[in-house]
Amino acid sequence: MYRETQILNSNTIAPTTARDLAMDEAGAGLVINVGPQHPATHGVLHLVITLEGETIKKIEPHLGYIHRSIEKMCESLSYRQFIYVTSRMDYLSAHINNHGCVLCVEKGLQLEIPPRAQVIRVLMDELTRIASHELWWGAMAMDLGAFTPFFYAFRERETINDIMEETCGTRLTMNYMVPGGVMYDIHPNFQRRVKDFIQLFNSKIDEYDDLVTGNIIFQNRTKGIGVLSREDAISFGCTGPVGRASGVACDIRKLYPYEVYDKVNFDEIIETAGDSYARYLVRIKELRQSVRIIEQLIDNIPEGDFQAKTKAVLKLPKGEFYSRVETARGELGVYIVSEGGTTPYRIKFRSPGFSNLSALDHMSRGCKIGDLMAIMGTLDLVIPDIDR
Amino acid sequence: MFSLETITNSIQQWLYSTFNPTMALILECAIVMLLVIGLFAVLGLVLVLMERKVAARMQIRLGPNRVGPRGMLQTAADTLKLMMKEGLTPDGADKFLFNLAPFIVMIAAMLIMAPIAFAKGFQIWDINIGVLYVSAVSSVSVIGILMAGWASNNKYSLLGAMRSGAQIVSYELSAGLSIISIVVLAGSLQVSDIIASQQTGWWLFRGHIPALIAFVIFIIAVTAETNRAPFDLAEAESELTAGFHTEYSGMRFALFFLAEYINIFIVCAIGATLFLGGWMPLHIGNWDDFNRIMDYIPSSLWFLGKTFCLIFLIMWFRWTFPRLRVDQLLSLEWKYLLPISMFNLLLITLIAIMGWHF
Repeated sequence: MYRETQILNSNTIAPTTARDLAMDEAGAGLVINVGPQHPATHGVLHLVITLEGETIKKIEPHLGYIHRSIEKMCESLSYRQFIYVTSRMDYLSAHINNHGCVLCVEKGLQLEIPPRAQVIRVLMDELTRIASHELWWGAMAMDLGAFTPFFYAFRERETINDIMEETCGTRLTMNYMVPGGVMYDIHPNFQRRVKDFIQLFNSKIDEYDDLVTGNIIFQNRTKGIGVLSREDAISFGCTGPVGRASGVACDIRKLYPYEVYDKVNFDEIIETAGDSYARYLVRIKELRQSVRIIEQLIDNIPEGDFQAKTKAVLKLPKGEFYSRVETARGELGVYIVSEGGTTPYRIKFRSPGFSNLSALDHMSRGCKIGDLMAIMGTLDLVIPDIDR
Repeated sequence: MFSLETITNSIQQWLYSTFNPTMALILECAIVMLLVIGLFAVLGLVLVLMERKVAARMQIRLGPNRVGPRGMLQTAADTLKLMMKEGLTPDGADKFLFNLAPFIVMIAAMLIMAPIAFAKGFQIWDINIGVLYVSAVSSVSVIGILMAGWASNNKYSLLGAMRSGAQIVSYELSAGLSIISIVVLAGSLQVSDIIASQQTGWWLFRGHIPALIAFVIFIIAVTAETNRAPFDLAEAESELTAGFHTEYSGMRFALFFLAEYINIFIVCAIGATLFLGGWMPLHIGNWDDFNRIMDYIPSSLWFLGKTFCLIFLIMWFRWTFPRLRVDQLLSLEWKYLLPISMFNLLLITLIAIMGWHF
């Protein structure tokens, strides 16, 4: 036991094993710790990797470094308050997390949402998805050693953040959702600025393709790497772009449409290769679909209330409620057990990142260390989402 | 025409007429040493700043612009910071080798300076096997890198050092073959002879397409040899944190950092000497007036201009391409570059024997 902890807690070669570098005493191969602080994990994820030369034999993710008991915290907050704690789960799609929570509360209250609020919510969701995929695109390219795309991605992401700031008051964790609608009406500039952005962004996606997608080194690094078959994707519970790259039709916006997703035209992107390149393509194509959704809705925001009339103190009836939304990373499930009080009795989130991470070991066995970055990059892990 | 040759010659004559020969030689060595160290310091400052400015331009940023006019003193401030920092030696490290490694890398970089002709008649040591000497000494730095990786007692460092060893040993082959193709064309290993042979035109243009291929392979190979992106596997940030110099801090880290930039300068200087005519001005056939105007530009400017163009090219690679994987890197060399450059060398030999070049 002591020996094991020693291996786990140190990145140094123990003096006794220094002479025999390829294998340590137990014959387990070279064990290295990627994380908790490492440039490639984008957060405090700790991967214990067993290597043979450069080849990965085993990966063991260690979680818990940023566990904040969000689910437990939610149980002591009222139905109006707990929504905003979930912004801190998957902070890159904070708005969509909030969306999942309000949908669940509204299901319990059986509220009718005004059409204006529904459209605004969907618009914000898609803007958030674009912003999240932008950050993923830059960070993934950086993991593969290309630094420049990061700055290009942030240039456009900044515009979205500015639009969000104007309407919601904040840039990253918007806290814009309330049960029954949205917190404020959109800013007068909102429509004009979103339209400007969409026009600019269409040409920028082509630029992204020129810079990264078509690059021969990038394609060699990602094609055929980290293949996840359709069966495995289903059994690991992979959703979102990861599942869809393996050929699983799992887009919640299509399968269980919420708000106005059943009234807009967009394609569910499905690739069948299941490798890192397929996951990359799914996300890049999703950017175009999000743009399509926004284009359809931005001129058709109905007039009317932006918030339904609700009581000051919300009380859900006794029972169990479940809602799901498609975040930028996959399916987020919100499960509330109510005893009829003002706070949830028990709450559980099904986060997409956790399931996607569980496939990491399966996908990367036999790959090189360099491939691990391609796989992790296209899994698009956000650690606070995995470790709530 | 302004030339440094007269200055260097008169200094040498004055030394030998004033002191006895041994003393004069020692003084000469001391002057050269001071010059090289001074050049190192200046080059380090200029190249690091240049890299940051080039990177900033490519990444739609401004780059350093606070310290000094237009940020010119940024690297000086950074160097000062690194000097003040504590140089840590990790527990369990092989202390002797750990401290020795950065100096070996640095000394190797210093030694290659010897046969480089910076301007007309401004060359430290015009040895008759100059090019061979360069290829030989440039492989010494891998010993320092391996030593650093091994002695750090860190798994990331070890992996980085092993990668670096495999990489440098492989890419030296195609770099060497590209260099040999110019040696075949010029018919000499001596740097001054190679430059003199390019009086009527640079080998890049005179050697037809094979010389162009040799040049491209040379640029790829030296990018790999200096551990620069897209071949920076030895210090792949996202994989191995900082690779072989993970555990280094303070001035010892600065030596590695400086050596990297000096190596870039050196390989680009060699590339400029072999393929682009070193300090030789651009001459085009019978355009006598044009050639005469070109002759008025000082030879040192020609040399530095060509070198910095190549340096810019290598920096451009770094900020554009993603990194290769370790097995892809080696298969690129052994399966593609090496066979191509071998065949290319045969073609160039044919051209040289038949006298087909311009």
